[in-house]
Amino acid sequence: MFSDFVEVLIKGIVVVAVLMGAAAYMTFCERVVLARMQLRLGPNRVGPLGLLQPIADGLKLLCKESFQPAGVETFTYWLAPGISLFTALAAFVLIPVGGTVDIFGRPVSLSIASVNAGIVFLLAFSSLAVYGIVLAGWASNNRYSLLGGMRSTAQMISYEIPMGISVMSVILSAGSLNLQDIVAAQSKAWFIWTNPVSFLIYLITAFAETNRAPFDLPEAEQELIGGYHTEYGGMKFAMFFLGEYVNILAVSAIAVTLFLGGWHGPGDIPVLWFFLKLALFVFLFMWVRATLPRLRYNQLMSFGWKVLIPVATINLIVTAYFILVY
Amino acid sequence: MKKSALAQVFSMLRGLLIVFKYALKKPVTRRYPEEKPKLPIRSRGRHYLTKWEDGRERCVGCELCAIACPSQAIYVKPAQNDPDNPHSRTERYASDFQINMLRCIYCGLCEEACPTGAIILSSEFELSGYTRESLIYTKEQLNEKFPGESGRDPKREI
Repeated sequence: MFSDFVEVLIKGIVVVAVLMGAAAYMTFCERVVLARMQLRLGPNRVGPLGLLQPIADGLKLLCKESFQPAGVETFTYWLAPGISLFTALAAFVLIPVGGTVDIFGRPVSLSIASVNAGIVFLLAFSSLAVYGIVLAGWASNNRYSLLGGMRSTAQMISYEIPMGISVMSVILSAGSLNLQDIVAAQSKAWFIWTNPVSFLIYLITAFAETNRAPFDLPEAEQELIGGYHTEYGGMKFAMFFLGEYVNILAVSAIAVTLFLGGWHGPGDIPVLWFFLKLALFVFLFMWVRATLPRLRYNQLMSFGWKVLIPVATINLIVTAYFILVY
Repeated sequence: MKKSALAQVFSMLRGLLIVFKYALKKPVTRRYPEEKPKLPIRSRGRHYLTKWEDGRERCVGCELCAIACPSQAIYVKPAQNDPDNPHSRTERYASDFQINMLRCIYCGLCEEACPTGAIILSSEFELSGYTRESLIYTKEQLNEKFPGESGRDPKREI
Protein backbone atom coordinates (compact mmCIF):
# COMPACT_ATOMS: atom_id res chain seq x y z
CA MET A 1 0.00 0.00 0.00
CA PHE A 2 2.68 2.44 1.12
CA SER A 3 4.96 1.47 -1.78
CA ASP A 4 2.09 2.11 -4.22
CA PHE A 5 1.75 5.58 -2.77
CA VAL A 6 5.48 6.25 -3.16
CA GLU A 7 5.37 4.92 -6.73
CA VAL A 8 2.55 7.26 -7.74
CA LEU A 9 4.29 10.18 -6.02
CA ILE A 10 7.56 9.55 -7.84
CA LYS A 11 5.76 9.17 -11.17
CA GLY A 12 3.90 12.40 -10.56
CA ILE A 13 7.07 14.34 -9.75
CA VAL A 14 8.83 12.93 -12.82
CA VAL A 15 5.92 13.80 -15.10
CA VAL A 16 5.64 17.36 -13.79
CA ALA A 17 9.39 17.90 -14.07
CA VAL A 18 9.52 16.51 -17.60
CA LEU A 19 6.52 18.57 -18.66
CA MET A 20 7.96 21.80 -17.26
CA GLY A 21 11.27 21.18 -18.97
CA ALA A 22 9.54 20.20 -22.19
CA ALA A 23 7.31 23.29 -22.13
CA ALA A 24 10.30 25.55 -21.51
CA TYR A 25 12.22 24.01 -24.39
CA MET A 26 9.15 24.08 -26.62
CA THR A 27 9.26 27.88 -26.44
CA PHE A 28 12.86 27.66 -27.65
CA CYS A 29 12.02 25.12 -30.37
CA GLU A 30 9.10 27.20 -31.53
CA ARG A 31 11.29 30.27 -31.86
CA VAL A 32 13.91 28.37 -33.81
CA VAL A 33 11.39 26.60 -36.08
CA LEU A 34 9.50 29.83 -36.79
CA ALA A 35 12.80 31.59 -37.47
CA ARG A 36 13.99 28.94 -39.92
CA MET A 37 10.66 29.06 -41.74
CA GLN A 38 11.11 32.83 -42.08
CA LEU A 39 14.76 32.47 -43.21
CA ARG A 40 16.08 33.75 -39.87
CA LEU A 41 18.37 32.05 -37.36
CA GLY A 42 16.41 32.41 -34.15
CA PRO A 43 17.93 32.68 -30.66
CA ASN A 44 21.56 31.50 -30.72
CA ARG A 45 23.37 33.77 -28.26
CA VAL A 46 22.87 32.15 -24.82
CA GLY A 47 24.99 29.04 -24.46
CA PRO A 48 25.86 26.62 -27.28
CA LEU A 49 23.33 26.99 -30.13
CA GLY A 50 21.30 29.17 -27.78
CA LEU A 51 20.25 26.14 -25.75
CA LEU A 52 20.28 28.05 -22.46
CA GLN A 53 17.79 30.63 -23.77
CA PRO A 54 14.73 29.19 -21.90
CA ILE A 55 16.68 29.31 -18.63
CA ALA A 56 17.62 32.93 -19.25
CA ASP A 57 13.98 33.73 -20.06
CA GLY A 58 12.80 31.99 -16.90
CA LEU A 59 15.30 33.86 -14.73
CA LYS A 60 14.25 37.14 -16.29
CA LEU A 61 10.58 36.48 -15.57
CA LEU A 62 11.37 35.39 -11.99
CA CYS A 63 13.23 38.61 -11.30
CA LYS A 64 10.42 40.84 -12.57
CA GLU A 65 8.48 43.05 -10.21
CA SER A 66 5.27 41.36 -9.12
CA PHE A 67 2.81 44.14 -9.84
CA GLN A 68 -0.95 44.27 -9.67
CA PRO A 69 -2.98 46.86 -11.57
CA ALA A 70 -5.53 49.04 -9.76
CA GLY A 71 -9.07 47.72 -9.46
CA VAL A 72 -8.41 44.01 -10.04
CA GLU A 73 -10.21 41.23 -8.19
CA THR A 74 -7.15 40.21 -6.15
CA PHE A 75 -8.02 36.58 -5.31
CA THR A 76 -9.19 35.63 -8.80
CA TYR A 77 -6.37 37.58 -10.43
CA TRP A 78 -3.82 35.47 -8.60
CA LEU A 79 -5.77 32.22 -8.93
CA ALA A 80 -6.34 32.29 -12.71
CA PRO A 81 -2.77 31.45 -13.86
CA GLY A 82 -2.75 28.56 -11.40
CA ILE A 83 -5.99 27.13 -12.81
CA SER A 84 -4.64 27.49 -16.31
CA LEU A 85 -1.45 25.55 -15.54
CA PHE A 86 -3.08 22.97 -13.26
CA THR A 87 -5.78 21.89 -15.73
CA ALA A 88 -3.16 21.50 -18.44
CA LEU A 89 -0.95 19.35 -16.19
CA ALA A 90 -3.83 17.24 -14.88
CA ALA A 91 -4.48 15.67 -18.28
CA PHE A 92 -1.16 13.86 -18.06
CA VAL A 93 -2.30 11.82 -15.07
CA LEU A 94 -4.01 9.45 -17.51
CA ILE A 95 -1.77 9.38 -20.58
CA PRO A 96 0.03 6.03 -20.90
CA VAL A 97 3.56 6.75 -22.19
CA GLY A 98 4.43 3.07 -22.27
CA GLY A 99 3.34 -0.40 -21.21
CA THR A 100 4.44 -2.06 -17.99
CA VAL A 101 8.16 -2.14 -17.31
CA ASP A 102 10.16 -3.77 -14.51
CA ILE A 103 12.07 -1.30 -12.35
CA PHE A 104 14.07 -2.95 -9.52
CA GLY A 105 12.01 -6.11 -9.92
CA ARG A 106 8.77 -4.26 -9.49
CA PRO A 107 6.24 -4.04 -12.37
CA VAL A 108 5.59 -0.34 -12.96
CA SER A 109 2.85 0.81 -15.30
CA LEU A 110 4.00 3.88 -17.25
CA SER A 111 0.95 6.01 -16.55
CA ILE A 112 0.11 7.62 -13.24
CA ALA A 113 -3.49 6.39 -13.07
CA SER A 114 -5.63 4.00 -15.05
CA VAL A 115 -9.18 5.33 -14.75
CA ASN A 116 -12.02 3.37 -16.33
CA ALA A 117 -13.68 6.62 -17.52
CA GLY A 118 -10.40 8.04 -18.79
CA ILE A 119 -11.61 9.97 -21.82
CA VAL A 120 -14.49 11.59 -19.94
CA PHE A 121 -11.98 12.77 -17.35
CA LEU A 122 -9.76 14.23 -20.08
CA LEU A 123 -12.63 16.07 -21.76
CA ALA A 124 -13.76 17.41 -18.40
CA PHE A 125 -10.33 18.82 -17.64
CA SER A 126 -9.89 20.36 -21.07
CA SER A 127 -13.23 22.13 -20.53
CA LEU A 128 -12.09 23.36 -17.12
CA ALA A 129 -9.09 25.02 -18.76
CA VAL A 130 -11.38 27.77 -20.02
CA TYR A 131 -11.93 28.91 -16.41
CA GLY A 132 -8.34 30.03 -16.09
CA ILE A 133 -8.67 32.21 -19.15
CA VAL A 134 -12.11 33.65 -18.53
CA LEU A 135 -11.35 34.39 -14.87
CA ALA A 136 -8.09 36.08 -15.84
CA GLY A 137 -9.94 38.20 -18.37
CA TRP A 138 -12.65 39.14 -15.93
CA ALA A 139 -10.43 39.77 -12.90
CA SER A 140 -7.90 42.07 -14.53
CA ASN A 141 -10.36 44.98 -14.88
CA ASN A 142 -9.45 45.61 -18.49
CA ARG A 143 -11.82 45.64 -21.44
CA TYR A 144 -9.39 43.98 -23.81
CA SER A 145 -8.77 41.18 -21.32
CA LEU A 146 -12.50 40.72 -20.81
CA LEU A 147 -13.09 40.55 -24.57
CA GLY A 148 -10.32 37.94 -24.86
CA GLY A 149 -11.86 35.90 -22.06
CA MET A 150 -15.34 36.05 -23.63
CA ARG A 151 -14.00 35.04 -27.03
CA SER A 152 -12.17 32.13 -25.51
CA THR A 153 -15.32 30.91 -23.72
CA ALA A 154 -17.43 31.01 -26.87
CA GLN A 155 -14.67 29.37 -28.91
CA MET A 156 -14.08 26.58 -26.40
CA ILE A 157 -17.78 25.81 -26.07
CA SER A 158 -18.30 25.61 -29.82
CA TYR A 159 -15.23 23.48 -30.43
CA GLU A 160 -15.67 21.17 -27.44
CA ILE A 161 -18.74 19.62 -29.06
CA PRO A 162 -17.15 18.41 -32.33
CA MET A 163 -14.12 17.30 -30.32
CA GLY A 164 -16.32 15.21 -28.04
CA ILE A 165 -18.19 13.72 -30.99
CA SER A 166 -14.99 12.84 -32.84
CA VAL A 167 -13.59 11.22 -29.70
CA MET A 168 -16.85 9.28 -29.34
CA SER A 169 -16.26 7.48 -32.63
CA VAL A 170 -12.90 6.34 -31.21
CA ILE A 171 -14.66 5.08 -28.09
CA LEU A 172 -17.10 3.17 -30.31
CA SER A 173 -14.30 1.49 -32.27
CA ALA A 174 -12.30 0.62 -29.15
CA GLY A 175 -15.32 -0.33 -27.05
CA SER A 176 -13.80 1.22 -23.93
CA LEU A 177 -13.32 4.54 -22.18
CA ASN A 178 -10.05 3.46 -20.60
CA LEU A 179 -7.00 4.91 -22.37
CA GLN A 180 -4.90 1.77 -21.83
CA ASP A 181 -7.61 -0.32 -23.52
CA ILE A 182 -7.83 2.16 -26.40
CA VAL A 183 -4.08 1.90 -26.95
CA ALA A 184 -4.32 -1.90 -26.81
CA ALA A 185 -7.17 -1.85 -29.36
CA GLN A 186 -4.84 -0.07 -31.83
CA SER A 187 -2.07 -2.66 -31.72
CA LYS A 188 -3.19 -3.92 -35.16
CA ALA A 189 -4.44 -0.78 -36.97
CA TRP A 190 -4.21 2.78 -35.72
CA PHE A 191 -7.50 4.65 -35.59
CA ILE A 192 -6.07 7.35 -37.87
CA TRP A 193 -6.27 4.77 -40.71
CA THR A 194 -9.64 3.33 -39.82
CA ASN A 195 -11.21 6.68 -38.97
CA PRO A 196 -9.35 9.54 -40.68
CA VAL A 197 -12.26 11.98 -40.65
CA SER A 198 -12.56 11.95 -36.90
CA PHE A 199 -8.79 12.41 -36.62
CA LEU A 200 -9.02 15.47 -38.85
CA ILE A 201 -11.85 16.93 -36.78
CA TYR A 202 -9.94 16.25 -33.57
CA LEU A 203 -6.87 17.98 -35.04
CA ILE A 204 -8.81 21.12 -36.00
CA THR A 205 -10.57 21.33 -32.64
CA ALA A 206 -7.25 20.75 -30.86
CA PHE A 207 -5.90 23.91 -32.46
CA ALA A 208 -8.98 25.79 -31.27
CA GLU A 209 -8.80 24.27 -27.76
CA THR A 210 -5.21 25.40 -27.24
CA ASN A 211 -5.89 28.93 -28.60
CA ARG A 212 -3.19 28.50 -31.19
CA ALA A 213 -2.94 30.02 -34.65
CA PRO A 214 -5.09 30.06 -36.77
CA PHE A 215 -7.61 30.08 -33.89
CA ASP A 216 -5.71 32.36 -31.51
CA LEU A 217 -8.50 34.91 -31.26
CA PRO A 218 -8.51 35.16 -27.43
CA GLU A 219 -4.99 36.57 -27.48
CA ALA A 220 -5.05 38.32 -30.85
CA GLU A 221 -2.18 40.79 -30.47
CA GLN A 222 -3.40 43.13 -33.17
CA GLU A 223 -6.96 43.51 -31.88
CA LEU A 224 -6.77 42.71 -28.16
CA ILE A 225 -3.14 43.57 -27.29
CA GLY A 226 -2.65 40.09 -25.87
CA GLY A 227 -6.19 39.44 -24.64
CA TYR A 228 -6.58 37.77 -21.25
CA HIS A 229 -2.92 38.08 -20.22
CA THR A 230 -2.58 41.78 -21.03
CA GLU A 231 -2.45 42.70 -17.33
CA TYR A 232 -0.16 39.87 -16.28
CA GLY A 233 3.60 40.05 -15.92
CA GLY A 234 6.53 38.21 -14.39
CA MET A 235 5.92 34.72 -13.05
CA LYS A 236 2.12 34.94 -13.41
CA PHE A 237 2.55 35.53 -17.14
CA ALA A 238 5.09 32.71 -17.24
CA MET A 239 2.49 30.38 -15.73
CA PHE A 240 -0.01 31.24 -18.47
CA PHE A 241 2.72 30.68 -21.01
CA LEU A 242 3.73 27.33 -19.52
CA GLY A 243 0.05 26.41 -19.29
CA GLU A 244 -0.42 27.12 -22.98
CA TYR A 245 2.53 24.95 -23.95
CA VAL A 246 1.67 22.11 -21.57
CA ASN A 247 -1.83 22.28 -23.05
CA ILE A 248 -0.38 21.79 -26.54
CA LEU A 249 1.52 18.79 -25.19
CA ALA A 250 -1.68 17.51 -23.58
CA VAL A 251 -3.85 17.66 -26.72
CA SER A 252 -0.99 16.18 -28.74
CA ALA A 253 -0.60 13.37 -26.20
CA ILE A 254 -4.34 12.68 -26.36
CA ALA A 255 -4.19 12.65 -30.17
CA VAL A 256 -1.26 10.22 -30.06
CA THR A 257 -3.10 8.00 -27.60
CA LEU A 258 -6.42 8.01 -29.43
CA PHE A 259 -5.37 8.00 -33.07
CA LEU A 260 -1.68 7.17 -33.51
CA GLY A 261 -1.50 3.96 -31.51
CA GLY A 262 -0.11 5.45 -28.29
CA TRP A 263 3.23 3.99 -27.29
CA HIS A 264 3.11 1.18 -29.86
CA GLY A 265 5.66 1.17 -32.64
CA PRO A 266 8.35 -1.04 -34.15
CA GLY A 267 10.01 -2.86 -31.27
CA ASP A 268 7.54 -1.42 -28.74
CA ILE A 269 10.25 0.59 -26.97
CA PRO A 270 8.16 2.06 -24.12
CA VAL A 271 8.83 5.80 -23.96
CA LEU A 272 10.60 6.45 -27.25
CA TRP A 273 7.74 5.99 -29.71
CA PHE A 274 5.33 8.01 -27.62
CA PHE A 275 7.68 10.98 -27.50
CA LEU A 276 8.56 10.76 -31.19
CA LYS A 277 4.87 10.91 -32.11
CA LEU A 278 4.38 13.73 -29.63
CA ALA A 279 7.26 15.69 -31.18
CA LEU A 280 5.67 15.25 -34.61
CA PHE A 281 2.47 16.82 -33.35
CA VAL A 282 4.26 19.68 -31.63
CA PHE A 283 6.10 20.40 -34.86
CA LEU A 284 2.76 20.43 -36.69
CA PHE A 285 1.50 23.08 -34.26
CA MET A 286 4.52 25.28 -34.99
CA TRP A 287 4.32 24.67 -38.72
CA VAL A 288 0.68 25.69 -38.87
CA ARG A 289 1.42 28.78 -36.80
CA ALA A 290 4.09 29.83 -39.29
CA THR A 291 1.70 29.39 -42.22
CA LEU A 292 -1.93 30.24 -41.58
CA PRO A 293 -3.33 33.67 -40.74
CA ARG A 294 -5.90 34.20 -37.99
CA LEU A 295 -9.58 33.61 -38.76
CA ARG A 296 -12.19 36.30 -38.32
CA TYR A 297 -14.50 35.70 -35.37
CA ASN A 298 -17.66 34.99 -37.39
CA GLN A 299 -15.69 32.63 -39.65
CA LEU A 300 -14.52 30.75 -36.58
CA MET A 301 -18.05 30.40 -35.24
CA SER A 302 -19.71 29.45 -38.52
CA PHE A 303 -16.95 26.92 -39.24
CA GLY A 304 -17.43 25.31 -35.85
CA TRP A 305 -21.23 25.12 -35.90
CA LYS A 306 -22.03 24.74 -39.61
CA VAL A 307 -19.18 22.48 -40.74
CA LEU A 308 -17.47 20.65 -37.90
CA ILE A 309 -20.50 19.58 -35.87
CA PRO A 310 -22.52 18.16 -38.82
CA VAL A 311 -19.47 16.40 -40.26
CA ALA A 312 -18.56 14.96 -36.87
CA THR A 313 -22.13 13.76 -36.30
CA ILE A 314 -22.38 12.08 -39.72
CA ASN A 315 -18.97 10.49 -39.14
CA LEU A 316 -20.14 9.15 -35.78
CA ILE A 317 -23.27 7.62 -37.35
CA VAL A 318 -21.28 6.02 -40.17
CA THR A 319 -18.76 4.62 -37.68
CA ALA A 320 -21.56 3.20 -35.54
CA TYR A 321 -23.14 1.59 -38.63
CA PHE A 322 -19.89 -0.10 -39.65
CA ILE A 323 -19.27 -1.36 -36.13
CA LEU A 324 -22.81 -2.80 -35.95
CA VAL A 325 -22.58 -4.50 -39.33
CA TYR A 326 -19.00 -5.87 -39.24
CA MET B 1 -14.43 35.37 -57.16
CA LYS B 2 -14.78 33.16 -54.12
CA LYS B 3 -12.96 29.86 -54.31
CA SER B 4 -14.82 26.65 -53.63
CA ALA B 5 -14.33 25.06 -50.22
CA LEU B 6 -12.17 22.28 -51.64
CA ALA B 7 -9.94 24.77 -53.48
CA GLN B 8 -9.52 26.70 -50.25
CA VAL B 9 -8.41 23.58 -48.40
CA PHE B 10 -5.95 22.78 -51.16
CA SER B 11 -4.49 26.28 -51.13
CA MET B 12 -4.02 25.95 -47.37
CA LEU B 13 -2.12 22.69 -47.83
CA ARG B 14 -0.04 24.28 -50.58
CA GLY B 15 0.78 27.12 -48.20
CA LEU B 16 1.98 24.61 -45.60
CA LEU B 17 4.23 22.97 -48.19
CA ILE B 18 5.69 26.29 -49.31
CA VAL B 19 6.49 27.23 -45.72
CA PHE B 20 8.15 23.86 -45.18
CA LYS B 21 10.28 24.38 -48.27
CA TYR B 22 11.48 27.66 -46.81
CA ALA B 23 12.47 25.89 -43.59
CA LEU B 24 15.02 23.88 -45.60
CA LYS B 25 16.63 26.96 -47.14
CA LYS B 26 19.68 28.66 -45.73
CA PRO B 27 18.81 31.61 -43.47
CA VAL B 28 19.71 35.00 -44.92
CA THR B 29 20.87 36.35 -41.56
CA ARG B 30 24.48 37.58 -41.43
CA ARG B 31 25.96 36.92 -37.99
CA TYR B 32 27.53 40.36 -37.77
CA PRO B 33 30.16 40.52 -35.03
CA GLU B 34 31.57 37.11 -36.01
CA GLU B 35 31.05 37.52 -39.71
CA LYS B 36 32.12 40.96 -40.94
CA PRO B 37 30.51 42.27 -44.10
CA LYS B 38 32.77 43.33 -46.95
CA LEU B 39 31.64 46.80 -47.91
CA PRO B 40 31.92 48.14 -51.45
CA ILE B 41 35.13 50.07 -52.20
CA ARG B 42 33.34 53.43 -52.58
CA SER B 43 31.43 53.20 -49.26
CA ARG B 44 32.26 55.97 -46.79
CA GLY B 45 33.65 55.18 -43.33
CA ARG B 46 36.47 56.62 -41.24
CA HIS B 47 38.93 59.11 -42.70
CA TYR B 48 42.58 58.64 -43.57
CA LEU B 49 45.22 61.23 -44.33
CA THR B 50 47.06 59.52 -47.17
CA LYS B 51 50.76 59.75 -48.05
CA TRP B 52 52.78 59.81 -51.22
CA GLU B 53 54.80 56.81 -52.25
CA ASP B 54 57.93 58.29 -50.64
CA GLY B 55 56.19 58.64 -47.27
CA ARG B 56 55.58 62.40 -47.47
CA GLU B 57 52.20 63.72 -46.47
CA ARG B 58 49.81 64.71 -49.24
CA CYS B 59 48.07 67.32 -47.11
CA VAL B 60 49.22 70.85 -47.83
CA GLY B 61 47.21 72.54 -45.07
CA CYS B 62 44.94 74.51 -47.41
CA GLU B 63 41.87 74.09 -45.14
CA LEU B 64 39.51 73.53 -48.08
CA CYS B 65 38.16 70.41 -46.38
CA ALA B 66 37.41 72.37 -43.21
CA ILE B 67 35.56 74.96 -45.33
CA ALA B 68 33.63 72.34 -47.26
CA CYS B 69 32.62 70.39 -44.17
CA PRO B 70 28.86 70.97 -43.57
CA SER B 71 29.05 69.99 -39.89
CA GLN B 72 32.31 71.77 -39.04
CA ALA B 73 33.94 68.58 -37.85
CA ILE B 74 37.43 69.30 -39.22
CA TYR B 75 40.12 71.44 -37.67
CA VAL B 76 43.32 72.17 -39.63
CA LYS B 77 46.30 74.13 -38.35
CA PRO B 78 48.62 75.00 -41.26
CA ALA B 79 52.32 75.65 -40.77
CA GLN B 80 55.41 76.43 -42.81
CA ASN B 81 57.54 73.46 -43.89
CA ASP B 82 61.12 73.22 -42.77
CA PRO B 83 63.01 73.28 -46.16
CA ASP B 84 65.60 70.76 -44.94
CA ASN B 85 63.11 68.21 -43.62
CA PRO B 86 59.73 68.84 -45.32
CA HIS B 87 56.55 67.05 -44.22
CA SER B 88 54.86 67.53 -47.60
CA ARG B 89 55.94 68.32 -51.14
CA THR B 90 55.01 72.01 -50.98
CA GLU B 91 55.83 74.99 -48.77
CA ARG B 92 53.07 74.39 -46.25
CA TYR B 93 51.71 71.38 -44.36
CA ALA B 94 49.15 70.71 -41.64
CA SER B 95 50.89 70.78 -38.30
CA ASP B 96 47.68 69.73 -36.57
CA PHE B 97 44.67 67.99 -38.08
CA GLN B 98 41.65 66.87 -36.04
CA ILE B 99 38.30 65.38 -37.06
CA ASN B 100 35.46 65.08 -34.60
CA MET B 101 33.98 61.72 -35.59
CA LEU B 102 30.87 62.44 -33.52
CA ARG B 103 30.04 65.49 -35.64
CA CYS B 104 31.04 63.99 -38.98
CA ILE B 105 28.15 62.88 -41.16
CA TYR B 106 30.33 60.90 -43.60
CA CYS B 107 29.10 62.92 -46.59
CA GLY B 108 32.47 62.83 -48.35
CA LEU B 109 32.53 66.56 -49.22
CA CYS B 110 36.01 66.92 -47.68
CA GLU B 111 37.26 64.18 -49.97
CA GLU B 112 35.80 66.02 -52.97
CA ALA B 113 37.19 69.39 -51.91
CA CYS B 114 40.74 68.17 -51.30
CA PRO B 115 43.03 69.44 -54.15
CA THR B 116 45.78 66.85 -53.44
CA GLY B 117 43.63 63.82 -52.61
CA ALA B 118 45.05 63.74 -49.09
CA ILE B 119 41.89 63.18 -47.08
CA ILE B 120 39.90 60.13 -48.08
CA LEU B 121 37.06 58.15 -46.53
CA SER B 122 37.82 54.45 -46.10
CA SER B 123 35.23 51.70 -45.71
CA GLU B 124 35.98 51.01 -42.04
CA PHE B 125 32.73 51.60 -40.19
CA GLU B 126 33.24 50.15 -36.68
CA LEU B 127 33.88 53.45 -34.90
CA SER B 128 32.91 53.57 -31.28
CA GLY B 129 34.47 54.70 -28.04
CA TYR B 130 33.81 55.10 -24.37
CA THR B 131 34.36 58.87 -24.16
CA ARG B 132 33.65 61.85 -26.40
CA GLU B 133 37.31 62.82 -26.29
CA SER B 134 38.42 59.47 -27.68
CA LEU B 135 36.33 60.10 -30.78
CA ILE B 136 38.08 63.33 -31.73
CA TYR B 137 40.69 61.76 -34.02
CA THR B 138 44.09 63.43 -33.95
CA LYS B 139 46.59 63.70 -36.76
CA GLU B 140 48.51 60.67 -35.46
CA GLN B 141 45.38 58.54 -35.69
CA LEU B 142 44.34 59.88 -39.08
CA ASN B 143 47.73 59.61 -40.79
CA GLU B 144 48.46 56.45 -42.70
CA LYS B 145 51.04 54.37 -40.82
CA PHE B 146 52.65 53.54 -44.18
CA PRO B 147 51.84 54.65 -47.73
CA GLY B 148 48.81 52.73 -49.00
CA GLU B 149 47.49 51.61 -45.59
CA SER B 150 44.06 53.01 -46.40
CA GLY B 151 43.79 50.89 -49.53
CA ARG B 152 44.23 53.78 -51.99
CA ASP B 153 47.05 53.66 -54.47
CA PRO B 154 49.85 55.95 -53.15
CA LYS B 155 51.06 56.60 -56.73
CA ARG B 156 47.82 58.28 -57.86
CA GLU B 157 47.92 62.01 -58.70
CA ILE B 158 44.81 63.05 -56.76
